[in-house]
Amino acid sequence: MSNRINEGLTEVFHDVFSNESIVLHRDLTANQVEGWDSLTHVRLLLTAERKFGVRISAAEAGQLKTVGDLMDLLGKKLGEQK
Amino acid sequence: MDTFFRDLAWLARPPADFRSLCRAIDLDPGVRGADIRALASTALDENQLIRLAKIMQKAAKNGRLDGFVPFRLGYISNGTPDFILAALIGTAPRYGISLECVASGYNQGFQDALDPGSPIHRFEPDAVLIAIDWRGLPMRSTRGESSEDAVDEVLRHLETICNSIKANGKTTCIVQNIAAPVHRVLGSFDRILPGSPHQTLDRVNLALGDMVRRAGDTLFDVAGLAETVGLANWHSPSEWNLAKLPFAQAFVPLYADHVCRTIAAMRGRSRRCLVLDLDNTVWGGVIGDDGLNGIKVAQGDATGEAYLEFQRYILSLRQSGIVLAVSSKNEDETARLPFRQHAEMLLREEHFAVFQANWNDKPTNLQAISTELSLGLESLVFVDDNPFERELVRKTLPQVAVPEMPSDPAFYVQALSAAGYFEAISFSSEDSSRASYYEGNARRASLKKQVGDLESYLASLDMEIWFQPFDAENRERITQLINKSNQYNLTTRRYTELDVAHMETSPQFFTMQVRLKDIFGDNGMISVVICRIVSEQEWEIDTWLMSCRVLGRRVENMVLKEVLTQAAKRGVRLLRGLYLPTERNKLVERHYANLGFDLLAEHADRSTEWQLSVADAKVSDAPMVVHSESFVGR
Repeated sequence: MSNRINEGLTEVFHDVFSNESIVLHRDLTANQVEGWDSLTHVRLLLTAERKFGVRISAAEAGQLKTVGDLMDLLGKKLGEQK
Repeated sequence: MDTFFRDLAWLARPPADFRSLCRAIDLDPGVRGADIRALASTALDENQLIRLAKIMQKAAKNGRLDGFVPFRLGYISNGTPDFILAALIGTAPRYGISLECVASGYNQGFQDALDPGSPIHRFEPDAVLIAIDWRGLPMRSTRGESSEDAVDEVLRHLETICNSIKANGKTTCIVQNIAAPVHRVLGSFDRILPGSPHQTLDRVNLALGDMVRRAGDTLFDVAGLAETVGLANWHSPSEWNLAKLPFAQAFVPLYADHVCRTIAAMRGRSRRCLVLDLDNTVWGGVIGDDGLNGIKVAQGDATGEAYLEFQRYILSLRQSGIVLAVSSKNEDETARLPFRQHAEMLLREEHFAVFQANWNDKPTNLQAISTELSLGLESLVFVDDNPFERELVRKTLPQVAVPEMPSDPAFYVQALSAAGYFEAISFSSEDSSRASYYEGNARRASLKKQVGDLESYLASLDMEIWFQPFDAENRERITQLINKSNQYNLTTRRYTELDVAHMETSPQFFTMQVRLKDIFGDNGMISVVICRIVSEQEWEIDTWLMSCRVLGRRVENMVLKEVLTQAAKRGVRLLRGLYLPTERNKLVERHYANLGFDLLAEHADRSTEWQLSVADAKVSDAPMVVHSESFVGR
């Protein structure tokens, strides 16, 4: 399942940033990726919601610091759905 | 939620290799505007539109946007405009428009409109879209009191903005009305109680419409759009709270498409002519096979009702000035029959300016229609239930709009309406009579040279063809085809299920059923062949029929090749063919000639006899994967 999240989230990043060379790792943060501003961040979250069929509340979104945090959050939500 | 509108279901799906196509366009200094437009004509999502917007902006900067009409749009909103603007720029090429956008400062639309030095003024836009929603307007009504003053206040607010925008004498206004919020307090009573928010909003929208009309501006009916997808789907409190997104992000592509349609209409780029296929498009069934009594276009039948509704809608398009034409694969006389003689048809011959019914391909016919009416291909919309025809026209004549049609005709009206090809921003009596300037004499346009590259199109369809002998499992379907095929039928011999069962095992017959699949799906059984084994060395083709739905793909060539293969295996040297003419099967008069048979005899009744030497036969094939199974022994 974490592979599915990794692959899916990678596609999300590629689509949102229009950049297929982005490689995800858990410690990746916004200031390490060109073009990752607050608006792109919104698009990332909305696209991830659509891709994985989950809802992320504003409170949950506020807690995210790294890509790893996002992966864990998605994992938790997908696990709960099962 | 019904996703038809959200996903722009009337547009073709984006190509699977969208990402690599974008990369290629980015790197290619010689990319053509037409390629970008083709990409934009698929149902791109928000991220894809943003990506295409970047490509458009880069191409515009490098001066490489040939053939696009430029348009400068200002945008005033009380929400976050960034995603919307990017989506607008990425959608505009769908309409052949190269868009530049400037937004007012966040939540200072009013101030920017009034300040002649603001960025939006200095931009000198062709038009400004005023997209302020219920949160951004002074809606100060009081329950129980007349809402007149509240309505006036909102109208005056908008009017002030519009007048300031238009002060330079060149810029016009596109004014959005207001999508009602979902929450209620008093339920149904909210709608009629003077001064309640909903009652006030209803009156604001009405008054806004009047104001826009009087001022000669343009209305953008976002309220109607929101209602169509459902207000509860349109509004998204979480997205507003997150980033002041005015409506659910998922609807940005739809919104952008509607705004770009409006801009296209303002630039006179709405389409003017609707070209219709006939079989299974304006009536249920195939006129050449089912006859007047067999086609479905009558009341009291669910399918017939669906087609009648579609005809009704088509007529209302005509009343608004859209010119109608026909492009159908049929005998001309046969195709005109329902228009002349079917009591329940609503469409009649005199509603059509051009009537193309022949066996030539549709792109060539569409070109002929365009020439005949002196209307560019960009003015045409082509509606056909067959995905093969749709995709062929899209590939060959990309300027023609070809909507995806749902498989259920009950939704034909919705699909054509949703596509919005004929949007107008004005209407005059001239418009309603325009269709008759193109006299409704349903004339035939002469065909010029063949249009397009059919070969590479056929190769792109991943066709697979299956050949097998008759079997019990398919007996019913085989019998059905034998008895209802009239057009592509060489001898029109009818057999009962008992006859067919007998042929399954009789040593006197070689039988074949043919099935075809392509990227659009499984076409099912599309051809039946029965050969009489006259002697060890000679077969006579007793029956050869094919579904008209797979014309133009050389299926008959592949069928003949398989018959020859099986014949050769069994030591057969000679194939004989027979053509028995009927009222319906003129289409196959030259079938054996085209396949390389030699003419043996022609009789007074116009029937013809043919023969082909198995050893000498040369048949060109078609790009199909062949599956031939279970032709054992016999």
